Amino acid sequence: MSEPKKITTPLTEDVIENLKAGDRVLISGYVYTARDAAHKRMLEEYEKTGELPFDIKGQVIYYVGPTPPKPGQVIGSAGPTTAYRMDKYTPKLLELGLKGTIGKGWRTEPVKEALKKYKAVYFAAFGGTAALLSKHIKSVEMIAYEDLGTEAIRKLYFEDFPVIVANDIYGNDVFQELEEKYRKIDLSKLPQFCI
Amino acid sequence: MRTIKAEEIKDKVKKLVMDAEYFIPEDFIGAIKSAKEKEESPIGVEILDTILKNAEVAAEEQVAYCQDTGYPVFFIEIGQDVHIEGNIRQAINEAVREATREGYLRASLAYDPVLERKNTGDNTPALMYFDIVPGDKIKIMFAAKGGGSENTSRQMMLKPADGWEGVKNFIIKTVANAGPNACPPFTVGVGIGGTFDYSAVLAKKSLFRHIGERHPDPKIAKLEEKLIEEINKLGVGPLGFGGSTTAVDVKIEVAPVHIASLPVAVNIQCHAARHKELEI
Repeated sequence: MSEPKKITTPLTEDVIENLKAGDRVLISGYVYTARDAAHKRMLEEYEKTGELPFDIKGQVIYYVGPTPPKPGQVIGSAGPTTAYRMDKYTPKLLELGLKGTIGKGWRTEPVKEALKKYKAVYFAAFGGTAALLSKHIKSVEMIAYEDLGTEAIRKLYFEDFPVIVANDIYGNDVFQELEEKYRKIDLSKLPQFCI
Repeated sequence: MRTIKAEEIKDKVKKLVMDAEYFIPEDFIGAIKSAKEKEESPIGVEILDTILKNAEVAAEEQVAYCQDTGYPVFFIEIGQDVHIEGNIRQAINEAVREATREGYLRASLAYDPVLERKNTGDNTPALMYFDIVPGDKIKIMFAAKGGGSENTSRQMMLKPADGWEGVKNFIIKTVANAGPNACPPFTVGVGIGGTFDYSAVLAKKSLFRHIGERHPDPKIAKLEEKLIEEINKLGVGPLGFGGSTTAVDVKIEVAPVHIASLPVAVNIQCHAARHKELEI
């Protein structure tokens, strides 16, 4: 694995063109949190008003619902949640100028296509390592939907937040590539179940 | 007849819940350490190290290991010679409520699944399975079940003709589909037999067995071993970034079954393997 690339938000096209699936990246700067409930409400409100709760152009959304901070902490444990649950909403947000998302797990085809089309990246953080990841978050500000509790939209300040580029603008997928590399079983021989 | 006060149950369960969230079981930590020795992917090794470090930090600072502090699930065995003074359901819910507030856990439950999905704010109501057993003790087993891995769990009503081959393929396929989404390395809980619903309960309960502890029936134990081997050929690896550590263990529980049926349930457990139990 190569040395990590350091990038700063908001993301520009130059930076994005330079990111390839598998790259280690350290992100610094502001990002916004949003997960299931916030996505649903954001897009419903956008349908009605044509506005989002924050200017999304060039921004990065981190899929996270943190634990509350203990006294002395900026934020509680804050690791990524599974990304594909946001896939219903992501292509629209990318169309509106969102340039990066951070989560865990793989994305579905429509999102991979939208990443190529709108030139954006999906970063994967290490799921479940929430106590460690929270140490890279230096400030928290409530932005919208406070009533959603952990699912509210917050603005976080990242310092060298470690991620891996999972899906780039060239159609590469780090999970698919690495899984195939280490697979020693013929999945096509397994019968199809409706799961 | 032995009397146990609900208040005592509340205090002990509150500590049980908080401890489970901060301290990942030793047997699981040990399994990650030995997996590291065998892992062939360099990034896999690094991730296993990160997992160990995360466990250390969570324990040291007494903070939640994972931000998804889970759905509180309890298996409660009450000795038939016990008299509970007070309301045990209320006591356990109060324990969860207090642990959530005082332990800085995330409120992760919604009142209803499809209408408003409003957060209950305190992780109640907890899910409780009660059983009556001989004796004068109460055993309480707690799991904080995260949503990411629970979402990838599956149940299937196979045909008796599908046999072990069908069961095995279904399990492997379920684990393959869980992939990076469910935070491997997994512990794979399997329930075979019973009814539609009971197979899933068996799968969940199986996850309380210690890592490396095989089923008492040597024939079932052999199936578990075979499955661990097959699953680790999938290539999913730690957190799905490729490798040979997809599951650290597979637990199978079996139950008598209707002559027409072969139910099988697979409950995926992520690396936040938060299981803890106590006896009063």
